[in-house]
Amino acid sequence: MHPDWVSGLSGGLLIGFAASAYLLLNGRIMGASGILGGLIDLTGYENLLERLCFLLGLVLSPILAIQIAGGHDTQLTSNMYIIIASGLLVGIGTRLANGCTSGHGVCGISRLSFRGITATIVYLLCGVVSIIFFKNLLGLI
Amino acid sequence: MKNLIALFCGGLFGIGLFISGMTNTTKVQGWLDIFGNWDPTLAFVLSGAIIPMAITWNITKRIKKPIFTDRFPKKTEQKLNKPLIIGSMMFGMGWGLSGLCPGPAMASLSFGGWQGLMFFFTMAIGMLFTPLIAKYLK
Repeated sequence: MHPDWVSGLSGGLLIGFAASAYLLLNGRIMGASGILGGLIDLTGYENLLERLCFLLGLVLSPILAIQIAGGHDTQLTSNMYIIIASGLLVGIGTRLANGCTSGHGVCGISRLSFRGITATIVYLLCGVVSIIFFKNLLGLI
Repeated sequence: MKNLIALFCGGLFGIGLFISGMTNTTKVQGWLDIFGNWDPTLAFVLSGAIIPMAITWNITKRIKKPIFTDRFPKKTEQKLNKPLIIGSMMFGMGWGLSGLCPGPAMASLSFGGWQGLMFFFTMAIGMLFTPLIAKYLK
């Protein structure tokens, strides 16, 4: 067992509070891919500034957290081809499906949305398959 | 005011992702690696986020409207369709490959180096061209 469940749970609660406040105050679903995607393809033209503010907070707040708590690591691969393939798959996939881990996973499951639950099961299964195939079998990652 | 709240919620989301370890791709890939060195952290993150959100959805049934807008988002059509399934399959494959999904990709932009920037850039390109791809799935 990893001892990281405390930080996982407390970080998770903060994510839940953020999503709750966004819904109760602004009446919006906190989905990262939707907020960004609507900004990029301009389907969210009626509230571009609100989207931009949300993303600004999302990008900048970890800088603050690092100043206070320190320690940050992301072990993102340096294999350019894997980054490109993964980025395209995540970008296209989440927009086609209309949601990602935050939208379908957090906001969808908590609402008992059939689409959200189905999407989460599908991307979790495919994530597992992806690891089995690219890591365990091919040794690419 | 709405923009200020958006900034605050985005900030809280980012700190939550950072503290929970979801900006660390090894932890995410470890969660998916059920036949390897499995890391259950993500289950705690999801549970921690879903519990307050489930309570919040219940509150929305009791109050008429959000504080700063006119109405709550309606539950969209509940039918499953091709874009939902195919999109989620693509997302899952990409998620496993890098260990990044859209939220953590943005939360780790400030310290993710050129790799993080490159991921964000390709993800954005993917999002830009999705409306064209979606046409073929209809």
